[in-house]
Amino acid sequence: MISRYEVQETNKMIREENLDIRTITMGINLLDCACEDMNKLCDKIYDRITFRAEKLVETGEIISKKYGIPIVNKRISVTPIALVGGATGASSYVPIAKALDRAAQTVGVNFIGGFSALVHKGCSNADNVLIESIPEALDVTQNVCSSVNVGSTRTGINMDAVKRIGEIIKLTAERTGDRSSIGCAKFVVFCNAPEDNPFMAGAFHGVGEKDAVINVGVSGPGVVKKALEDVRGKDFEALCEQVKRTAFKITRAGQMVAREASAMLDVPFGIIDLSLAPTPAVGDSIAEIFEEMGLESAGAPGTTAALAILNDSVKKGGVMASSCVGGLSGAFIPVSEDHAMIRAAEKGALTLEKLEAMTCVCSVGLDMIAIPGDTSAATISGIIADEMAIGMINAKTTAVRIIPAIGKKVGESVEFGGLLGYAPIMPVNPYQCVDFINRGGRIPAPIHSFKN
Amino acid sequence: MKGIITVVGKDKVGIIAKVCTFLSEENINILDISQTIVQGYFNMMMIVDLGSTQNNFVDIVDRISKLGQEIGVDIRLQHQDIFDNMHRI
Repeated sequence: MISRYEVQETNKMIREENLDIRTITMGINLLDCACEDMNKLCDKIYDRITFRAEKLVETGEIISKKYGIPIVNKRISVTPIALVGGATGASSYVPIAKALDRAAQTVGVNFIGGFSALVHKGCSNADNVLIESIPEALDVTQNVCSSVNVGSTRTGINMDAVKRIGEIIKLTAERTGDRSSIGCAKFVVFCNAPEDNPFMAGAFHGVGEKDAVINVGVSGPGVVKKALEDVRGKDFEALCEQVKRTAFKITRAGQMVAREASAMLDVPFGIIDLSLAPTPAVGDSIAEIFEEMGLESAGAPGTTAALAILNDSVKKGGVMASSCVGGLSGAFIPVSEDHAMIRAAEKGALTLEKLEAMTCVCSVGLDMIAIPGDTSAATISGIIADEMAIGMINAKTTAVRIIPAIGKKVGESVEFGGLLGYAPIMPVNPYQCVDFINRGGRIPAPIHSFKN
Repeated sequence: MKGIITVVGKDKVGIIAKVCTFLSEENINILDISQTIVQGYFNMMMIVDLGSTQNNFVDIVDRISKLGQEIGVDIRLQHQDIFDNMHRI
């Protein structure tokens, strides 16, 4: 029989410590929608998504009530559009982005991911069309998210793509400059992108997946922070044990929700992504966990070690709780979405270079970082190249979601609203990398990729 | 199907009576009750069996929560599985 203590513990996590299911994301295969006529393709995509995901939002709400746990987001990921759009021979995929946006609004999800291209070894014609469509697509749509995978441990890094993406990010920022350059908050560039990630902006439905799948992202940095208050002053073994136990419980809740959603929607269950994802709310922050661990602020010496401990312990607890762990699984460190990270960046405790170091041991990368609007495209490409190199060499996923906020300078801040939060403009190293980026070509696969 | 009901709020006359009347009308059987009062605050947990009720679980969740608002306490009904999953291997 369930004890009173257990009921109270769970409900305290939900009511006071912001435990929630961060997202139920339905992955939908669009490969067989491909056809030569653009209008017909858009209709097929719209029909496919609205048919498959018709009950997604409603199902999320029923489950949320049944178990008394908030399910914050219901989202959709689709097959990378570059793979679907190629047959049209079109010179722009913006109409497809608009069809995705309409479908998202019809079914009531807040984001749809998959306006994406996989170019880690080279760009096909369709990949180039997609990449060139990104600035307009993110300008004219509300809910569409875009991603490009430019590198992998197996193939190296496509530096031609890295160069172009730097320019594309600038163009996107300029096109949406009147809205805090928000287009860039919906675009992420990856190395080793996972095919089953439920989190935005990088979610897409990989080509190795079934026709439809339910992936669930759990969260709960607030719960971990509260749990760590009980082991204040104790050694690292006690600290890790406490994180593991908490991650176990959070993941079990996620797995239950995922199975229930899968059964109700009659769509196979894919994975649980056990990432700790912050929100701008106080008490739902990764940086507060660092402070609880004993750091004065995120960014202080020791931060990378603290993040490594957190990330590793979350995984250990999570894999024990579910046999279907996947996606990004780890800790997210988006600056604009975490009030204590924002505070750390504002007072100069947290720099771009420290964040880069932290991405060596966390699940993603440079995330939701605002930089001056006059930063050059080559410098942005340089930042991306550094991050992709970390991913390639360490055989892990890394990503960059960076916002050159048009018209803003260091010392100012930029407001995105909602879950995306606000970000102080962070200084960027002023020295140039133009000649390096202009070389073009491909960084060959690293030596440890030769495993066969 | 089992559910867990938690009731939290400032103590007053008739909380248990009203909750139990509601459950009885819904044909929901009470399996276990534990209740305490700490510094004037009423705190109750019930384990109930919803096997015989005709109504939809989510509807009952809504209505019992509304009953709580009428009484002036916080009442929640949750499916037992969330507690089993989080606390049992």
